[in-house]
Amino acid sequence: MSSAEDPLDRLVKSEYKAGFVTDIEEESLPPGLDEDVIRFISAKKGEPDWLLEWRLAAFREWQKMTEPHWAHVHYPPIDYQAISYWAAPKRPEDRPQSLDEVDPELLETFEKLGIPLHERAALAGVAVDAVFDSVSVATTFKEKLAEHGIIFCPLSEAVREHPELVRKYLGKVVPPTDNFFAALNSAVFSEGSFVYIPKGVRCPMELSTYFRINAASTGQFERTLIIADEDSYVSYLEGCTAPMRDENQLHAAVVELIAERGAHIKYSTVQNWYPGDAEGRGGIYNFVTKRGLCQGEHSKISWTQVETGSVITWKYPSCILRGDHSVGEFYSVAISNLRQQADTGTKMIHIGKHTSSTIISKGISAGHGSNAYRGLVKVMDGAEGARNFTQCDSLLMGDTCSAHTFPYIEVRNPSAQVEHEATTSKISEDQLFYCRTRGLDPEEAVSLIVNGFCKEVINELPMEFAVEAQKLLGVSLEGAVG
Amino acid sequence: MSANEKQPLLVIEDLWVQVEDKTILKGIDLTVNYGEVHAIMGPNGSGKSTLANVLAGREGYEVTRGKVTYKGRDLLAMPPEERAREGIFLAFQYPVEIPGVNNIYFLKAAVNAVRKHRGLPELDAMDFLELVKEKMAQMKVREEMLYRAVNEGFSGGEKKRNEILQMALLEPTLAILDEIDSGLDIDALRDVADGVNALRGPDRSFIMVTHYQRLLHYIEPDHIHVLAYGEVIRSGDRTLAHELEERGYGWLLEEAGMDAQGAGAP
Ligand SMILES: Nc1ncnc2c1ncn2[C@@H]1O[C@H](COP(=O)(O)OP(=O)(O)OP(=O)(O)O)[C@@H](O)[C@H]1O
Ligand SMILES: [Mg+2]
Repeated sequence: MSSAEDPLDRLVKSEYKAGFVTDIEEESLPPGLDEDVIRFISAKKGEPDWLLEWRLAAFREWQKMTEPHWAHVHYPPIDYQAISYWAAPKRPEDRPQSLDEVDPELLETFEKLGIPLHERAALAGVAVDAVFDSVSVATTFKEKLAEHGIIFCPLSEAVREHPELVRKYLGKVVPPTDNFFAALNSAVFSEGSFVYIPKGVRCPMELSTYFRINAASTGQFERTLIIADEDSYVSYLEGCTAPMRDENQLHAAVVELIAERGAHIKYSTVQNWYPGDAEGRGGIYNFVTKRGLCQGEHSKISWTQVETGSVITWKYPSCILRGDHSVGEFYSVAISNLRQQADTGTKMIHIGKHTSSTIISKGISAGHGSNAYRGLVKVMDGAEGARNFTQCDSLLMGDTCSAHTFPYIEVRNPSAQVEHEATTSKISEDQLFYCRTRGLDPEEAVSLIVNGFCKEVINELPMEFAVEAQKLLGVSLEGAVG
Repeated sequence: MSANEKQPLLVIEDLWVQVEDKTILKGIDLTVNYGEVHAIMGPNGSGKSTLANVLAGREGYEVTRGKVTYKGRDLLAMPPEERAREGIFLAFQYPVEIPGVNNIYFLKAAVNAVRKHRGLPELDAMDFLELVKEKMAQMKVREEMLYRAVNEGFSGGEKKRNEILQMALLEPTLAILDEIDSGLDIDALRDVADGVNALRGPDRSFIMVTHYQRLLHYIEPDHIHVLAYGEVIRSGDRTLAHELEERGYGWLLEEAGMDAQGAGAP
């Protein structure tokens, strides 16, 4: 202990455990984006004309738009013509009829990630849709869910099997031209999950989708649509990983949620895309539009996210609180270690009377990471009695990282109550020393302190995933303390 | 009788310690044998907590001269967690709060880290709960404190009791108690002293930093040392405590040729 080196100063690269590449025969498009590419994707999916037209319209709008640069992130210009917009494991034209027909190499990939696709081996009470590059490879427990009238399938399947539902809701919450990345997604989206919970049904198990980017130079553009009909409930979780590659890869997803009267959607994310290395080489650009509409009275949408991966994160899961007495929640943990930059937060738009929202954001910066919270609370004229509570805490580890807070509050109804609390703290040497004198090594100590800091958010995750998330937090900060 | 009796556990030789260019400890010599209880007294700012921190391995203290041998090993070469696993326990003068971390979770992590090092199987939640309840009863700690965040919002006395509980759970070989008595009411003082006394034995040693004779009334030390200006200016048996109680530190400082005003900060 004679070295007087600050234990928080030392930073070595943390190991990314999901960074392997699966060696599998893939079919992919060469890089580039034009209308032919969109026609190709649409044809591959066997889509109806209306959807192709929908994509093309989005593409034409996208061409007129410019990439937004207001976020507190810096990265070299993205060449959209250098990206491949389609990659899929080669296999017979038809989807596999059962899990036995799924390529064993693929099953193994998901096993390695801790996501067993064999139903008998699956986590009790969790149904999984596994998406590998541009296609879904397996969805489990479909029959069991169907008994309750629940639809849980890849979006492309929903387009074929339930066109009326898809057509009614697709793009209703996030219009194709909402923003640059949403427009790009609308043009080229490949896969994603579709969920419909009928009236009065409480979904008997957790639903989850795992996204895996495997192919090189490929973008991932999934699109998820969840509809909870009146008085229904669903808890949905998405997880994501990607191999370690030296070049950056683009991920531009769209998620739309619709909660009808009395419905409750709980949407959780554990995002662990490859974060790049300590010098900032490689890593996923994560530009995601997520929005939920609380359409009916007393509806509720809860977003919980644990964002540990990606080199750039640009993401604002939001709630439009249209129904009277509707509730929006946003619980977030975002880690920026290495050279990661995160600009994330939420928008709570209060339209209905007595709507309420809660925002709990925990940002953790380490290494050369930069973490920004950006949140908008907007109370419209008619939102009598609207309430919001925002708590925004930042934790800094070391002297080379940063934290920023950009809260925007617009209140047009005088009866609204909006509260905002913000804190910034450092993991103190005293806390670390205290833990170490009790026998914990520095890594365990940091993991313990960080998990304590994030507790309110971790507590919101479904039980099955909370433990995973806690481990992930520890791993993501491995090496952030010496 | 223990095979360890009268064997040295901790040997401090000519220890000089500096913080940010300021020399705080100036040539400390101290030997603690197995089974002994040593009390360290002395004016504010004289370096008592500094010594405790250096023994526990806190960063930022530069040892410019001297050595410390613990169980025959070079203590100063060991990181704090290793010292802890090897049986050194520091009860803090000011225990730190760790928001959001359940006390019971923290205690279990600590106990298992130490058990692992000692080649014992880790305790699961059930076994640990049983153990902790037993120790809590012994140390008279309220069960409710298990489920609160570590030290967060604990009263001064509760924090000290929590330190003693940790000591009881970790079963150290050398316990360093930095002002475990400050801020305790009479009953709490007795409880804490009972807790310490229950742990006394031929294979365990204590270094107690205190300002008050009262604690030494409950926990009778084998040796008392007076630290001033970073030096041990007097060592003696427990009768020294009575003398200090009556006469203060002035006469000792004068004998040592030190200025009695502000004896901590030269
Ligand atoms: N990290 C530090 N930076 C600067 N000075 C320090 C530091 N730690 C201790 N000191 C100084 O060293 C001296 C000894 O402090 P220490 O806390 O060891 O005293 P103490 O004997 O425990 O006093 P008290 O009885 O008040 O607890 C004091 O003058 C103190 O200000
Ligand atoms: Mg002190």
